[in-house]
Amino acid sequence: MQRIVGEGEEETAVGRIIQVKGPVVAADRMRGAKIREIVRVGEEELIGEIVRIRGDVAVIQVYEPTSGMRVGEPVKRTGEPLSAELGPGLLGLVLDGLGRPLKRIAEEAGGPFITRGIEVPTLPRDKVWHFVPKASQGDALTPGDVIGTVMEGAIEHKIMVPPGSAGGRAEYVAPEGDYTVEEVVATLSGPGGREDLKMHHRWPVRIPRPFKEKLDPSELLVTGQRVIDTFFPAVKGGAVAIPGGFGTGKTVTLHQVSKWADADVVVYVGCGERGNEMTDLLHTFPKLVDPKTGRPLMERSVLIANTSNMPVPAREASIFIGVTYAEYFRDMGLHVVLTADSTSRWAEALRELSSRLEEIPSERGFPAYLPDFIASFYERAGRVRVLGSNRDEVGSVAIIGAVSPSGGDFNEPVTQHTMRYVGAFWALDKDLAFKRHFPAINWLRSFSKYLEGLRNWWLSETGQDMMEYRDKAMALLQRASSLEEVARVVGEAALSDENRLVLLAAELIKEGFLVQNAYHEVDTFCPPRKQALMLKVFTEFYDRLRPLVDAGVPMSAIQGMKSLGALRRLKFVPPEEFDSALDEAVSRLEAEASSLMAEVRA
Amino acid sequence: MSQIYGLTYRGIKAVKGPLVVMRSVPEASYDEVVRVYSEDGREWLGQVLEVTSDSTVIQILGDTEGLDVSSLVKFTGEPLRLPVSMEILGRVFNGSGVPIDGGPPVRAEERRDINGAPINPTMRDYPDEFVETGISAIDGMLSLVRGQKLPIFSESGLPHNHVATQIARQAIVPGKEERFAIVFAAIGLKHDEVLFFRREFEKFGALSRSVLFLNLANDPVIERITTPRVALTAAEYLAFDQGMDVLVILTDMTNYCEALRELSAAREEVPSRKGYPGYMYSDLASIYERAGRIKGRPGSITMMPILTMPGGDLTHPIPDLTGYITEGQIFLDFDLNNRGIYPPINVLPSLSRLMKDGIGRGKTREDHKEVADQMYSAYKEGTRARELVQIIGEAGLSERERTYLEFAKRFETEFVAQGYKERRPIEETLNIAWRIISLLPETELTRISDRTLEKYHPRRKPPTGGE
Ligand SMILES: Nc1ncnc2c1ncn2[C@@H]1O[C@H](COP(=O)(O)OP(=O)(O)O)[C@@H](O)[C@H]1O
Ligand SMILES: [Mg+2]
Repeated sequence: MQRIVGEGEEETAVGRIIQVKGPVVAADRMRGAKIREIVRVGEEELIGEIVRIRGDVAVIQVYEPTSGMRVGEPVKRTGEPLSAELGPGLLGLVLDGLGRPLKRIAEEAGGPFITRGIEVPTLPRDKVWHFVPKASQGDALTPGDVIGTVMEGAIEHKIMVPPGSAGGRAEYVAPEGDYTVEEVVATLSGPGGREDLKMHHRWPVRIPRPFKEKLDPSELLVTGQRVIDTFFPAVKGGAVAIPGGFGTGKTVTLHQVSKWADADVVVYVGCGERGNEMTDLLHTFPKLVDPKTGRPLMERSVLIANTSNMPVPAREASIFIGVTYAEYFRDMGLHVVLTADSTSRWAEALRELSSRLEEIPSERGFPAYLPDFIASFYERAGRVRVLGSNRDEVGSVAIIGAVSPSGGDFNEPVTQHTMRYVGAFWALDKDLAFKRHFPAINWLRSFSKYLEGLRNWWLSETGQDMMEYRDKAMALLQRASSLEEVARVVGEAALSDENRLVLLAAELIKEGFLVQNAYHEVDTFCPPRKQALMLKVFTEFYDRLRPLVDAGVPMSAIQGMKSLGALRRLKFVPPEEFDSALDEAVSRLEAEASSLMAEVRA
Repeated sequence: MSQIYGLTYRGIKAVKGPLVVMRSVPEASYDEVVRVYSEDGREWLGQVLEVTSDSTVIQILGDTEGLDVSSLVKFTGEPLRLPVSMEILGRVFNGSGVPIDGGPPVRAEERRDINGAPINPTMRDYPDEFVETGISAIDGMLSLVRGQKLPIFSESGLPHNHVATQIARQAIVPGKEERFAIVFAAIGLKHDEVLFFRREFEKFGALSRSVLFLNLANDPVIERITTPRVALTAAEYLAFDQGMDVLVILTDMTNYCEALRELSAAREEVPSRKGYPGYMYSDLASIYERAGRIKGRPGSITMMPILTMPGGDLTHPIPDLTGYITEGQIFLDFDLNNRGIYPPINVLPSLSRLMKDGIGRGKTREDHKEVADQMYSAYKEGTRARELVQIIGEAGLSERERTYLEFAKRFETEFVAQGYKERRPIEETLNIAWRIISLLPETELTRISDRTLEKYHPRRKPPTGGE
């Protein structure tokens, strides 16, 4: 490619700072620089990204604190956009918002506090991986084709021709053996020339990684959380938002999903939230075991921790770096869950940058392009047919993002725009949280558009028509909710006994099914079959007891039935003892019901 | 005036409120501290807000009256620092860390940047040591752990100062010898309130182990911005260098936030909700996140910010953003206070997020979690019944509703209420809880397992056991 260079237009590799104002720095002599290019700012070479260009002046958002920076300091161009390093060694890492391992940062900083200007690569350079070739010399390889594999914990990590490669014939494929990520494992020769491929490559985080085609999501993402799996399910490849005021349970729910979801890989992005919550994960993940593989959860996870006291501009980077990691594992044909806590902190970082750039604010000070940014994140969720000339594999990325609306009011831009781009919406409710009804997912305000496709999944996995139970339970809950409105005015005692039976049945569903204690050793995870059988019994409860009410059995007698306790405690019964506990609870209920019936008839 | 030799410049172009615009100076660096001297010898502290190739913008920390274009500016080349050493214990400082107790200057071991640096999340130690405050509502329902940041959400007129000092006086980690210190930051506080804290600290013999940073109501508003930061710099030194268990009381954070809003308005920034700046969340986080524990170091910072909610509104940006950052909140309630309940803690909107790992077998008692859960849901039912009474009168209640009403009453008068001087061990707190729980029929005890009922329910266990 040829370009005419006019007088005084020569590209320069090093510019000069002309303004420093918080995390926003302007530099001149930056002709030729591109928007989104990464630069090294100041004597300390802090990482920055070009966000605006005017003539030869570039406006840079700096990802580290700029205290002490002066006019005249250099700005070095790198020619590369913000990119993620991808390859073996990623799993099990805890990274900052720019993909730097926090353990390495602690070593470099020589202490518990984060200092700036530390440069460490994402992937360990000295570690060797046992490479098993899958391609042979002479093979024609295109992006996505598998060159070889290495085992990373229980995961078979596929070394693929990167999507940015021109492809070509394999001149060389490394023989089986131990290699670091820096060593060449294949050389391709193609129309663009020769290309050495290593086990790692870089990918610009704001560009979605390509795939063959997007497929409809149809498989439940089992989370083991009853209200979610049954009432507002997520799917593999789905996009979900979980909005709620502080203390309503966003973080605990995301932790639960990260721990229990039947995914191959979990990417957890802590974006602008508490340090101790990351410590909590670091504390529990290595101890918890993935039921599928029997290995510590940490081995299938990547944690990104850009906590609220870490640099604000890196919040945006953390979200996009996280989703790039997720897509990378998806491209291996794996099912990935990405949880982001909280997307609102990222939106606020955008607002802060926008206001520093003196852009015209839109709703509540957020920039007008906020919806596009939110969309560009959630649209990277999906179930896809992965790249590769002779691969017929499906991988998925499910995204679950927390939203922290100010004042807990969903009528604000981030919640409202997010709602448009997600397939499921878990609306958290302060009143439920005050009652310690957790997960505080409001069953009247939440939705899932994935329900349709899941009837068959439940039938084939559990043999139960879960969707029928769900509809019945939902109808009951809705009736109960309007009766509660009435009771709030006239008192429960003024309702008819039939109405009070509805309230009791709904209460049973709420306490016995919807409430789920994340900290109870059994209740923390409920397998789908147990969920289905529990809900079946609870939805039959009303029908079973209606004849008693009709026959005139007083409600106080029904409320006092001992078997209610057994039903409510079914959730605490371990799966292996569940069937017998269920039978016993049901027969006790029937025995009590018949004796009440006999009493009233006598 | 001797210090003004060196990198001192003339060239102020304009003074706009707290902002000074001067010509570009090669030495000027972003965020550094400057000193400004007027011709008549007065001195101001300032901070560089922006440097460009043709100007330097300085934020003056204080009133700019008397400062004009003839004033001189000295660049210090560093951020605001606090001299630290063990000599700070027992001393009193102003909001920028200058001693105001008439004592000698602190012989510094080190001078630290008051902004601190973020703790690397992988270097944090998870806070899981139960702190017994002796206050039932807290120990039973909102347990505090060593290294937690747990604010008091209050309103003016409520006894938050008493609650804070009662905690400071009574808090212990059962079975642990500790080196305890209090760092107290008064932010825009009235003189009598400061006196109250001092007197109380003195009474329980903590003054010599306390460090006080005082910015009073009539002190410069802008110094409210630095007050919590110097206080936390002192706390970090005592905790992470000297291994002390430090309780930091920051009061009143509402005054801090208002100072932040004022500053932001002076800078002509685009405001977010209610005029507070959009970055208030991150700014508050840079303060609150300094609490915690660090791997391999013995000390801890437990933080108790106090804030008065404007209009008692929990959704106001100050409590809202605080609640999004802190590890829970203790909510004081006017209604309880009016009914003579001390401490007037409304447990429903209150929360301790770190409770789960600080309680249970080997820490408090195995039944603790279930008891707390049951009390929450029963108290919520009880308050609902109470609302109903307002509408239909007590006679219209069902039997079940009446039981819950009674539960709520006794929960407030027997469990929550206690004396300012009363210290209840956790065993006692849990036993009171069981006494009230046993008002309810067993079928209502859905949050408690059979095993726990068997062992702890007063009607089931042998009368002597446990109590
Ligand atoms: N599923 C759950 N089981 C038990 N407790 C829960 C559950 N979800 C939330 N909680 C309680 O609620 C508190 C706040 O939850 P959290 O997820 O931190 O809220 P948020 O992130 O919305 O501020 C937790 O500390 C815990 O006490
Ligand atoms: Mg949270």
